[in-house]
Amino acid sequence: MSGNKHKMRVGDSPWVRRTLIGLTLFLTFILLVVPLFSIFQQAFMKGAEHYFTSLVEADTLHAIGLTLVVAALTVPINLVFGVMLAWAVTRFEFPGRKILMTLLDIPFAMSPVVAGLLYLLLYGNNGWIGSWLYDQDIQLMFAWPGIVMVTVFVTCPFVARELIPLMQQQGREDEEAAVILGASGWQLFRRVTLPNIKWALIYGVILTNARAVGEFGAVSVVSGNIRGETNTLPLHVQLQYEDYQAAAAFASASLLAMIALITLLFKAFVEWRQERSLKIESDKEKQVTQ
Amino acid sequence: MATNLSVDHPRPRHKRVLPGLGLSLGTSLLFISLIMLLPMAGLVMQTADMGWEQYWSVISDERVVASYKVTLWAAFIASIFNGFLGLLLAWVLVRYEFPGRRILDALVDLPFALPTAVAGITLATLYAQNGWYGSILESLGIKVAYTPVGIVLAMAFTSIPFVVRTVQPVLEELSPEEEEAGMTLGASDWAVFRRVIFPALWPALMTGVALSFTRSLGEFGAVIFIAGNMPYVSEITSLMIFVSLQEFDFPAASAIASVVLMASLVLLFAINLWQARYLRRLHGR
Amino acid sequence: MSILIENISKHFGQFQALSPLSLNINEGEMIGLLGPSGSGKTTLLRIIAGLEGADTGRIQFGDRDVTNLHVRDRRVGFVFQNYALFRHMTVADNVAFGLEVLPRKERPSATEIKKRVMHLLDMVQLAHLANRFPSQLSGGQKQRIALARALATQPEVLLLDEPFGALDAKVRKELRRWLRGLHDELGFTSVFVTHDQEEALELSDRVVVMSNGHIEQIDQPGALYASPNSRFVFDFLGNVNVFEGRFEEGKWHNGIANIERPNTAEPKDGQLYIRSHEFFVSPSPTDTASLPLRIIAINPIGAEVRLELTPIDWNSNEVWEIDLPHKAFDKNCFEKGQTVYVTPKAGYFFAADAEKPILLNWEH
Repeated sequence: MSGNKHKMRVGDSPWVRRTLIGLTLFLTFILLVVPLFSIFQQAFMKGAEHYFTSLVEADTLHAIGLTLVVAALTVPINLVFGVMLAWAVTRFEFPGRKILMTLLDIPFAMSPVVAGLLYLLLYGNNGWIGSWLYDQDIQLMFAWPGIVMVTVFVTCPFVARELIPLMQQQGREDEEAAVILGASGWQLFRRVTLPNIKWALIYGVILTNARAVGEFGAVSVVSGNIRGETNTLPLHVQLQYEDYQAAAAFASASLLAMIALITLLFKAFVEWRQERSLKIESDKEKQVTQ
Repeated sequence: MATNLSVDHPRPRHKRVLPGLGLSLGTSLLFISLIMLLPMAGLVMQTADMGWEQYWSVISDERVVASYKVTLWAAFIASIFNGFLGLLLAWVLVRYEFPGRRILDALVDLPFALPTAVAGITLATLYAQNGWYGSILESLGIKVAYTPVGIVLAMAFTSIPFVVRTVQPVLEELSPEEEEAGMTLGASDWAVFRRVIFPALWPALMTGVALSFTRSLGEFGAVIFIAGNMPYVSEITSLMIFVSLQEFDFPAASAIASVVLMASLVLLFAINLWQARYLRRLHGR
Repeated sequence: MSILIENISKHFGQFQALSPLSLNINEGEMIGLLGPSGSGKTTLLRIIAGLEGADTGRIQFGDRDVTNLHVRDRRVGFVFQNYALFRHMTVADNVAFGLEVLPRKERPSATEIKKRVMHLLDMVQLAHLANRFPSQLSGGQKQRIALARALATQPEVLLLDEPFGALDAKVRKELRRWLRGLHDELGFTSVFVTHDQEEALELSDRVVVMSNGHIEQIDQPGALYASPNSRFVFDFLGNVNVFEGRFEEGKWHNGIANIERPNTAEPKDGQLYIRSHEFFVSPSPTDTASLPLRIIAINPIGAEVRLELTPIDWNSNEVWEIDLPHKAFDKNCFEKGQTVYVTPKAGYFFAADAEKPILLNWEH
């Protein structure tokens, strides 16, 4: 009778299952696990001491600091924008709503180099706005404000992209009920909307942060790569790598890889939480029906 | 007397139930105009200044055309490869329980989370002649680093999550009943997959592949380290823009960028339209 | 084809979905599996189809043992609760599917398949929708397409999971009649699952009442209605009022209310089950019974008037419902809030320690 006990679905026969799982594990090992591991292996190639000394080098420290500042400025801006946009497109119908959502995808689709170029053209010294700013003695490009600006552009979809599907799925009824009960706009958002979207929001922030920290193409166009001044960590990695300081480059890279790993860990945690709460709900329902 | 009624009594103004349309939409529009539309308008202005002949000579320059070819081909091959790999990954993640499934699921997003420059130097080091993979491949007579193959590899690496993450939710929501219906009608596993499951996944898979392709076209950080950047052979278009910029040739950079931007916008709108059409057919008008 | 089910059981984790049960279904019979959700009726249906494997037991179609046969080899027709039409295929392609996946040597030619599909669509009167997609159909139309698809391979067994559950009342009635006609015409054996007693009684040759993973009763509809054999079946068939009585001095008592014991009943404590139309209603007590109730609602329902009543100075877990013909109702001009006395004409008695009821008739 064995093999006849469970609900059967396509592809559940043992050999299909084993082959596919085996193939997947093999490929992900080769394509993802080994590269990830090799970052750290390369970073410690010359020993732990070298690793730490290369991290506390003045230029590296400055790059780390600048990267943190950029992320600290970018994330709140895009958090506010993301929530606003998600609220507008999921809670109201208005002409152009679909177009707005497509516009939101542009930073995903655009080459980061092109993104950097757009800003350089507009705000550079010869640019439309840049030449005027130049007369006022304000320099945005090849300085940290330019880096923040392109980073905001590149990362602006992340929060909204996490929120929109969730808020669409949750619908407006909860909020409408709150309005009927007399809640003000802010109370409504804080006490009804926010608790429902909390985890997606946090995840959106984490993603924005990861991308802000790691953006390379767009930043390298507008930064001017001035060592110890406008070098973010990814640019610093490139500089060290091209200077044939591979171990130092990988040491810096390992910091970025760590942030990536934390991001993944957090995502796994959020998903685990969601699955669990769904399971608890469905278990409750089962108990009620039985 | 219906006509009279409408004249005497203006239609009651319906106030929106939920607050914040003005604020949220206003902020969003302002933000999008400032950070997206304004810079894009700037690019249009810049290229408009150039004159058609100069524009054409820049974008049809031999070396630039070669870079289009390299970029398009590499992105095409990478996204097709990702179509297969992504489908496999999504299937295994959704359909099977096995130890390490959750880790695998998290790991799929690694290429999104890992900065592209880090991916670039890592792949370049691994596939270089003296790297772990490079030395093995070298003995088989295959060169990856500093060739177009390396470009494909870097593109595939950075864009694999697009396919997995678009196919995965569709696969999860596939109703078991449709599969069971197929089986009660006597179809083999393979027939059910090919005729019931795959057609349902197809639009998502295509979308994922198209997104992967779009992303690959624009990929820069991961590619430049492994590509070797040899003119006519392994130079991608994004690099051509970058090189023009470093030579302070803004018009040339803008011209090439306008081509790349146009291509990605057309792709983006096409994907969205196609998806909307397909969804309409499945869920009724 | 006859179906033999022997000692089939099934559990999901800790939950015993089916206790070992057996059932014989004759060739050409239409069987309704009736029960509340969680009673195991759908699990049983899925086990018959082969969509679910049983833990123990044996299933036979005619002389063929199909216990270990894969669903695709059992050759049953199955209609899913939500139809499970293939969303990306047209109606015609849906119906053709079963024929197109036949092994090459059994598969009819393309033109033959087309002819068969059109014939099936004619049969379900939806030939004009052949090129539509499922999302463009109404619920009733989807249901008929699902049937046509299931019948395309000419199965001898047709299984239906809540076939009319998602349809509105009028369409449901129509489709029921139509399905019964089709069944009689084509002569397959059908098993369907429902939680609607009216549907089960109207459509089936025999009804199988299930609860908590076992079979409570198997009977023809008339017999099932006339003699339910357990408290569960009574409750589930509905329209019944329960009087919980303590036996004393020839009568059952509950608070100030009492009912006289007919000679057929044992002189014991127990419950009286009395259907809603088996009552007289009068302004004062009778020799047989003194059951004071207050009218809380009066609802005309079709040929009858339904009174809802609550007990006065005695206990009942539920509101009582009594159906009166309009004539009887009009004669008395009852009003909401009025106190009335009801007297049973016939009912069933479950002694406290008994599983089976005794039929009661009061002489008037």
